[in-house]
Amino acid sequence: MSARLTWATAGRVLSQVRHDPRTIAILVLLPCLLLWLISWMFEGTPVLDQFGPLLLGLFPLVVMFIVTSVATLRERTTGTLERLMASPIGKGDVIAGYAVAFGLLAVVQAVVLTSFTVGVLGMSTRGSLGVIMLVAVLDAILGSTLGLAASALARTEFQAVQLMPVVLFPQLITCGLLIPRAAMPSVLEAISRVLPLTYGIDALQRLEVGATFTDVRGDVLVIVGFIALAVVVGSTTLRRRTP
Amino acid sequence: MGHHAADVAIRIEGLRVVRGGRRGVVVLPGLDLLVPAGQVVGLLGPSGSGKTTLMRAIVGVQSVQSGTVEVLGLPAGHPDLRRRVGYVTQAPSVYGDLTINENLRYFAAVAHAGPGDVDRALADVDLTRMAGRRVDRLSGGERSRVSLAVALLASPELLVLDEPTVGLDPVLRRDLWDLFGRLAARGTSLLVSSHVMDEATRCDRLVLLRDGEVIADATLPDLLAETSAPDVEHAFLELVDHRVRRPEEDR
Repeated sequence: MSARLTWATAGRVLSQVRHDPRTIAILVLLPCLLLWLISWMFEGTPVLDQFGPLLLGLFPLVVMFIVTSVATLRERTTGTLERLMASPIGKGDVIAGYAVAFGLLAVVQAVVLTSFTVGVLGMSTRGSLGVIMLVAVLDAILGSTLGLAASALARTEFQAVQLMPVVLFPQLITCGLLIPRAAMPSVLEAISRVLPLTYGIDALQRLEVGATFTDVRGDVLVIVGFIALAVVVGSTTLRRRTP
Repeated sequence: MGHHAADVAIRIEGLRVVRGGRRGVVVLPGLDLLVPAGQVVGLLGPSGSGKTTLMRAIVGVQSVQSGTVEVLGLPAGHPDLRRRVGYVTQAPSVYGDLTINENLRYFAAVAHAGPGDVDRALADVDLTRMAGRRVDRLSGGERSRVSLAVALLASPELLVLDEPTVGLDPVLRRDLWDLFGRLAARGTSLLVSSHVMDEATRCDRLVLLRDGEVIADATLPDLLAETSAPDVEHAFLELVDHRVRRPEEDR
């Protein structure tokens, strides 16, 4: 791996996004739109205050996962990945380059979304807004690195698409959003402990009732660990040779 | 054998490739081939004959079942080769949502090439004036020339080109074959696949492939003399009909 090639790849990915207004809209505007719909639907109820912070972490994660999976999928279908794999670039440079580019986009996304939800939709929260934003950014980066790992694990384009629901849905079901994890059957609760989204949602649930950074430090560390793990899995499982 | 390593660009022995998983198709049952250095070698055969699979094995992106593939004296896919071998896939593998310049600058960074190399590669494929255009707004022929330019960036010792002239008008096809000739004159080895048999006249040497087997490996005059055919197309048919096998020693 080399920092120069990681940066070159990140720059290239960002140029591609810059040329594609639809991806920018999906990344930045779509989550805002979704939260606006929710605040409209539950107008006059405390739902936005209750679930808003969770959705600030959840929507970016899902959107980032899909956008990253599609971006790397396109890299496969157009043959550019094969070209890169026949070139001197390291597998880690490709994965880390994508992670850096989408990480920067995640920051923009989380800042815009949080500002919109608080400033325009009027969500109020007892926890620190800065820490909520930090967790939202980490969740978005987690989404994109999980997308990278999933598409690296896939040997074919078709498998890459098949892996999207396989990776996302179990996490959405067991993360504690539907019912508190303490109320789940113990097997499901145990499964939820090894899935990264659980920690993102846990942190946001605590922050919403007034926790400080120190209270969610453990969750934040676990999320960062999963991000690093996903990058390592992605870099080591990407194949130079394909069937 | 009598070949010094320096005269040989690619040496393949018993290459067996099965594509498509466990119940896959045997694409190359056990191929042997020597590609000399510094020449334009044409890899001809109908679609489905295994040309692309063979090229993928040579550049080291194809999972192979058995056999050895040695490229420039190293096993195919060796990290050192990624800089010394240029590969152009059949479908143009460049980023459609970037400009020609952005594509070349990125791949130049990847290949450790400089800005001068970008200008040279653009000039080689005659795209200098279009450099600011987005690739997805180009014609198919222009796009495949961008893809070729990317492979030229690092001035590779071996160029593996999969059907580089598909969809090009006759003038451009001639220009590209002229370029291939110039590259070979500078010492580059080229393996160029085509299913257009009349492009054989531009090659120093021909390898005819059918159902994953080499049915001929000779210069054009030798091939025509041996099959008493008027052109490559008829020579190919003659070989398929009579399964003429060439003796081992005559290359």
